[in-house]
Amino acid sequence: MGSWAHRIYACLSSVRLTVALLALAVVLVFWGTMAQVTQGLYKAQNDFFRSFFVYWQPAWSAWRVPIFPGGYLLGWLMVANLLAAHFRYYQPSRRKIGIVLIHSGILVLLVGQLLTDLLAVESQLHLRHGETKNYSEASREFELAIVDTTTPERDTVVAISQHRLARGGDVEIATLPFTVRIREYLPNSSLTDRPTEGYRPIPATTGFGTGLWWRRLPLETDPDRRDVPSAVVELVTREGSLGRYVVSGYFTRPHELTHDGRTYRMELRQTRYYKPFFITLLEFRHDRYPGTEIPKNFSSRIRIVRPATGEDREVLIYMNNPLRYFGETYYQASFDPDDQGTVLQVVRNPSWLAPYFGCVIVTVGMMIQFGQHLTGWLARRRPA
Amino acid sequence: MNRMVRIVPWLIVSVFALEVLVALRPRRDGEWWMTEFGRLPVLLNGRVQPLDSVGRNSLLQMRSTSDVPLENVPGWQFWRHPPKLRATEWLAEVFFRPDRADERPIFLIHHPELLSALNLQDRGVERSGLRYFTYQELRPVLGTVFEQARQAARLKDPQRTPYQKQVLKLANAVGLYEQLKNSVQPETTRDLYRLLEDYRAAIPAGVAAARASTSGNAADDDALRKLSDLARQFDRVARMARPMIIPPADPVDKDAWRNLGEAALEALQTGTIHPAVEWYAHMASAYVAGDAARFNRAVGDYRAWLAERFPQQKAKGRAEHYFNQIKLFLRATILYIAAFVLAVGAFVTWGAAANVSEALRRAAFYLVVLALTVHTAGLVFRMMLEGRPPVTNLYSSAIFIGWGTCVFGLFLERAYRVGLGSAVAGLAGFVTLLIAHNLALGGDTMEMLRAVLDTNFWLATHVVVITLGYSATFVAGGLALAYVALGVFTNLLRWPVGQQREVSLGDALTKMVYGVVCFATLFSFTGTVLGGIWADQSWGRFWGWDPKENGALMIVLWNALILHARWGGLVRARGLMNLAIFGNIITAFSWFGTNMLGIGLHSYGFMDAAFHWLMAFNASQLAFIALGLLPLRWWRSFRPTPPAAEPARAPQPQLSPL
Repeated sequence: MGSWAHRIYACLSSVRLTVALLALAVVLVFWGTMAQVTQGLYKAQNDFFRSFFVYWQPAWSAWRVPIFPGGYLLGWLMVANLLAAHFRYYQPSRRKIGIVLIHSGILVLLVGQLLTDLLAVESQLHLRHGETKNYSEASREFELAIVDTTTPERDTVVAISQHRLARGGDVEIATLPFTVRIREYLPNSSLTDRPTEGYRPIPATTGFGTGLWWRRLPLETDPDRRDVPSAVVELVTREGSLGRYVVSGYFTRPHELTHDGRTYRMELRQTRYYKPFFITLLEFRHDRYPGTEIPKNFSSRIRIVRPATGEDREVLIYMNNPLRYFGETYYQASFDPDDQGTVLQVVRNPSWLAPYFGCVIVTVGMMIQFGQHLTGWLARRRPA
Repeated sequence: MNRMVRIVPWLIVSVFALEVLVALRPRRDGEWWMTEFGRLPVLLNGRVQPLDSVGRNSLLQMRSTSDVPLENVPGWQFWRHPPKLRATEWLAEVFFRPDRADERPIFLIHHPELLSALNLQDRGVERSGLRYFTYQELRPVLGTVFEQARQAARLKDPQRTPYQKQVLKLANAVGLYEQLKNSVQPETTRDLYRLLEDYRAAIPAGVAAARASTSGNAADDDALRKLSDLARQFDRVARMARPMIIPPADPVDKDAWRNLGEAALEALQTGTIHPAVEWYAHMASAYVAGDAARFNRAVGDYRAWLAERFPQQKAKGRAEHYFNQIKLFLRATILYIAAFVLAVGAFVTWGAAANVSEALRRAAFYLVVLALTVHTAGLVFRMMLEGRPPVTNLYSSAIFIGWGTCVFGLFLERAYRVGLGSAVAGLAGFVTLLIAHNLALGGDTMEMLRAVLDTNFWLATHVVVITLGYSATFVAGGLALAYVALGVFTNLLRWPVGQQREVSLGDALTKMVYGVVCFATLFSFTGTVLGGIWADQSWGRFWGWDPKENGALMIVLWNALILHARWGGLVRARGLMNLAIFGNIITAFSWFGTNMLGIGLHSYGFMDAAFHWLMAFNASQLAFIALGLLPLRWWRSFRPTPPAAEPARAPQPQLSPL
């Protein structure tokens, strides 16, 4: 027992493991990069780097066989290896400062990246010229939103995430007088208004869209395209059903319904992140170099209004110059083809400073370490 | 004897230095002021550049050379210099005498399938196995070319067949040529100044007639028709012209350049013709009439006018013209290959003739210093022209990687004077500049930077540091190649080197490779993380697993692997060398391979023909690794030999400090 633990410890702290992990990492990165050509950036990234194993799925079966360590596994093993080795070999000495710094910086980088993966939330804020919004939208996530619009001053929003929709079953929400029963959910779908090969009628009974046809589509692999889900949900009260509604990411207007003297809007929309302030697009600029189509500059002049504090100011966001505000960062990401609207990437990443610290620590460590080598070598070369 | 060792290298290097100095002389104009004409500033690709650059970059895109030979001399008769049209002279001909320019062999087509599809196999001019065609020769097949190109254009680049890529390239070249032909005057015009005078004379009556007809009054139809016929000629130029050759009316509005047609049409509103239009018209008419004095007067007057209103742009045109003319990178390329040859010579003669070897080694070292000076001058000149840090695109990355490699090589040569540093520097400098030369065939190498790259801070930090990381990794790989080659085929690794002859060459190389890998790790790591921070600033994520990022990460991981394997005692000298050679493959993938994948945020264009070269390079590196894996007893340097054959008394050339 004791000898086993000892052997594992010896292995975990060995430099052989370090070299093996580095070699595996090189292979993984190369493989994952090549896979992007066929699978797209997004899927390859999830399959190779944001997973514990790389799986192989034979075409004829549903089994997935792990065939190679994934990014998470290698990352954790590297952290373990690094800590174990330092614990085992550490002797306080001035000559080791460099090595200790390098490795603690790498630890900061690895842990920071892991936290980013876990905690970072990305969304987008699309604004037409003059438009004001107090929310940003996830680009790939959808939610079923049911909005109580009875009182004109205030909307009450209830949202059901797409993950919950995918599980099916009944969703009971205390503030709603009915239960949402998920009849069918297609994570990626195609809709049509006439009978078409491969499509089947949507089993909806109420609201618009009852005569439509749909089919399930495979999940997208092209990073430039995204999945558009659709679902049929039934609203059920104790007295009975209020009807089956079809909701879809393709629809641009919500269902309107009235129950028990209250009015509701219901739609499947991109997940929204509400903010305690309002952003208005004052001006979007897309400058090109004279006589060419090469973009010289994109910039969005926006106005931020935060009622709680009375803050009201203008900000200019442009390439390489994001706005950091309220724990989030706003980047100039894209724009409408007619140059009349802007798309800002909104990132909430609590660990965004980790790479800055990690980089400085490692670089200083390397300079100390290699500086020692260099001065030692130069001193030895000097004629006695 | 010692004197020879000291003097001969200086003699060799001064011959080369003299050649460089001669090339630096400004060129004098003959009867026609073509140099002055080539310096005139115009706006193209979003930047002010001299006409010479327009001609040069266009020719590079069409013909892959920067001038047009007028006689067909077989390639092996390298001592014969046939008369040739320089880029500016050719451009003047295209502008002013397109009928003559149509007879010049300027379209390079080398794809056999394309040649046979267009039925051109036995036409054109052949030189060194390449076929060049004139516009006249291509004219009958242009319909086919454009039709095929339209089909190819509908596909995304990775889906195109090599044939389609070539046909698209040819169509672009022809399109570019047709634009140039109509950049100053409609290509059928033979006297632009007359045309302009007629146009000027027709404006008052014609404009009055147009006003009258719109307000419903009786109009002079003849006057109107005359003006619209003339205006149509300039409209053709306005729509087709490529460079914008007429400077802004107001020097403050410095982006408002127009092409000649647009500027001439403005006269319909303003009633006056921009003076630059008149000077260009004079040049055109004088050129056709063979009147050099009038041509020179127009160029001179326009130059004086520019000096007063656009001094900066005029100076830019002049400076870039000089930069084009002196071809510093070409000179550096020649110097590097010469240095490499001398350094190899030093090795070959090391045992046999110690003094010759030492003389050659020194000559190689001096030449690398000279080459690096020329290379640095070119780099700095380019940075000043662009107003940018050294690396802005793939082309300049090749130039900078070469530069970094040579700096590392020189340091190593200073440390262990055995000629290896010079050899690595010479070879790397030569190869990288050759790569840069081929990348320049894509067009303007000083193109404007897209918005995301438009930040000198990150270009100066991330890009420079990461490129130095590439350089260092290549240097380590290059030294490792030398180790394997010398170790397997010669016994030189055993020979003592250093000031006190205290280490064997093999050990010295091991130390060098180790030290360089340390630097490579430092630079590639710092550069990669800086890149991450830049991405965090501009795209909102530190790391996105983009191919170029992954490539950089692989270099960092690989260098870290080499260091850990060495520290852990898992590899010794030979293993270290094999790992370092594999580093070459990884770096080449990161530098070029990732751009070929055509995906991700970093794929701002380029690259494709280089794929075969990359594969050939990888194969050669793997061959060296295989060689390095041979059992040590098969290595000549490590073969047990009877003590008598040991180089107990190594040849002792005079090794005074430089």
